[in-house]
Amino acid sequence: MNLLVLGANSDVAYAVAAAFARHEKASILLASRNMELLEKKVQDLTIRYGVEVSCCYFDVTDFESHSAFYESLQKKPDVVVYSAGYMPEQQEDAQKNYKEAQKIFAINFSGAAAMLEVVAADFEKQGHGTIIGISSVAGERGRQSNYIYGSSKAAFNSYLSGMRNRLCKRGVHVMTVLPGFIHTKMTESLELPELLTAQPEEVAEDIYRAFRKKKNIIYTKWFWRWIMAVIKGIPEAVFKRMGL
Amino acid sequence: MELTSWGRYPRIVASGEHFETREQLKRQMDRDGDLIAYGMGRSYGDSALNQRVVFSRRFNKILHFNPETGLVACESGVSLQELISVFLPQGWFLSVTPGTRLITVGGAIASDVHGKNHHVAGCFSTSVDSFELMLPGGDVVLCSREENERLFRATCGGMGLTGIILTAVIRLQKVKSAFIRETVKQCRNLEEIFNCFEKYETLPYSVAWIDCLESGEKMGRSVLMAGEHADTGSLDMDFNQPVSIPFDFPGFCLNRYSVKLFNRLYYHTRSSFVENRLVPLDPFFYPLDSIGHWNRIYGKGGFTQYQLVLPKTASYEGLKSILDRIAKQGLGSFLAVLKLCGPANDNDLSFPMQGYSLALDLKIEKRLFPFLNELDRIVIDYGGRLYLTKDVRMSKDVFRKGYPLWETFAELRETMGMKEKFNSLQSRRLEV
Repeated sequence: MNLLVLGANSDVAYAVAAAFARHEKASILLASRNMELLEKKVQDLTIRYGVEVSCCYFDVTDFESHSAFYESLQKKPDVVVYSAGYMPEQQEDAQKNYKEAQKIFAINFSGAAAMLEVVAADFEKQGHGTIIGISSVAGERGRQSNYIYGSSKAAFNSYLSGMRNRLCKRGVHVMTVLPGFIHTKMTESLELPELLTAQPEEVAEDIYRAFRKKKNIIYTKWFWRWIMAVIKGIPEAVFKRMGL
Repeated sequence: MELTSWGRYPRIVASGEHFETREQLKRQMDRDGDLIAYGMGRSYGDSALNQRVVFSRRFNKILHFNPETGLVACESGVSLQELISVFLPQGWFLSVTPGTRLITVGGAIASDVHGKNHHVAGCFSTSVDSFELMLPGGDVVLCSREENERLFRATCGGMGLTGIILTAVIRLQKVKSAFIRETVKQCRNLEEIFNCFEKYETLPYSVAWIDCLESGEKMGRSVLMAGEHADTGSLDMDFNQPVSIPFDFPGFCLNRYSVKLFNRLYYHTRSSFVENRLVPLDPFFYPLDSIGHWNRIYGKGGFTQYQLVLPKTASYEGLKSILDRIAKQGLGSFLAVLKLCGPANDNDLSFPMQGYSLALDLKIEKRLFPFLNELDRIVIDYGGRLYLTKDVRMSKDVFRKGYPLWETFAELRETMGMKEKFNSLQSRRLEV
């Protein structure tokens, strides 16, 4: 199996790559911008799991480059994971500075939409393949504290859902991953409730299991399905007065 | 955020950031104020605590492995557990391992940890070929016994006070199986256990659990566990998912009666003598790692470990005097461990010296520190010292008397600007 990880420098991406290396002995291609970090991870995964790992430069926001990037791949992937994500502080940064908001949309959604379309075209032609989009429970309902990030993830969710609808008839599977809190560098500055917060490795195991079972949408950890059911069930008239 | 170490005493408010690359670390170092590296928080006291820390755990990539020589190069945030799970299936194991696998390589070097094989293999630094160290200005230097040897000897055991360890090259040992051939022997008193240690000195691993509440004839009653790597058995090993202690035990659970009861049960449920039985390596080396958050047993007030070592010639007299005090005071400890150490190395602040080391886990309570001050005097009188990695309360004087090279170490810190950049609550207390 060939696994392509887009946005491979995120903590979840590394853990997902490790899970596929461990369970599937997959060949892995890590794609991201920071090459120093990627090259270390290539060494690391190779030694840890005895699998073939390589890396290449890829910028999710350089939309023009995406199709040439995909063309240049020697071995076409069987599984593509989109795990690039960006979440600055909202009130001080994203609300006051549109550049930041734009960056959120570009990394979390536009980049995915541009790149995964290229992947989808190839998978459709091949008649197989799996696309795994790492989104967020934040996309399920906008909240005052994080709606800019949330809306980018909501767009990503809709996009994945439509793509799933389109590709399932062609033997291509699309999976939406909705993680709750995870201890990563993205959330490092936040005080997260310990009981609700997962380690990247736990999330990666959930993703791998769901991949094996060809799930469409998964929440990770599992209890977020129920937490979000409650949050989505609150009437808007009440919700708008809440301080979430 | 709230920050604490394994003993959960003290708890402080601190700020901390992870780093994944050298540049990130450099940027954090360039900011004003001092800091200390924090790995997995398994040192017991305040040696990794400071108002500002840098978390090394995400700096955890394995960079190179030579299957011919067993040399592995990795970043300092890699845990011993990760090394074992990657390399044991290939027939390689740590040359030196402490009683937990849940520490980082950087922490193992900074504490110059030792294990059950200290009498034959020395400290962790013996298995370290070289490491890269980031100095106060952000320069990175390679340290080994050949190059920057002064920094090598100060950093191994240097409690993170000389810089941030970035990568290390360490030497693994070849093993044929994930099993240990273990010998267990009950010993009725201190004299018997001393003889036993001598008798099994040729075995690479040995340690004893000791009952600190017995006095008179039974003083020093203990169970010796010794062993060597087995030749047979598979190399596969699964770490069992730890069972976790879910909450803090109320403080009153731990008193001289409960400990006495525990000790009796423990002693009498051991076989009086078993030789060469095959046991998996994981519970042999890391019995407590199978219980998550075992520090909660000591209640929310936390605990400390008092670990001392006495020169061999003074060990019998000294330990008798110390055990006598402990039994009288009734400050029992579930986990009291006795070990015969080999010769000291020439690092500035490494703990072990030829002689007996005793480690006691003790709940923090009002009468504890004055009592430990009394023990300190006995330890110093007999020419011994206390382990910095476990310490949270030793005085500057006790430190200086125990570690005669402290002055050279402090001088190096002074001249290389380390004193301004790297500090912990411990370094301030010890004025080093």
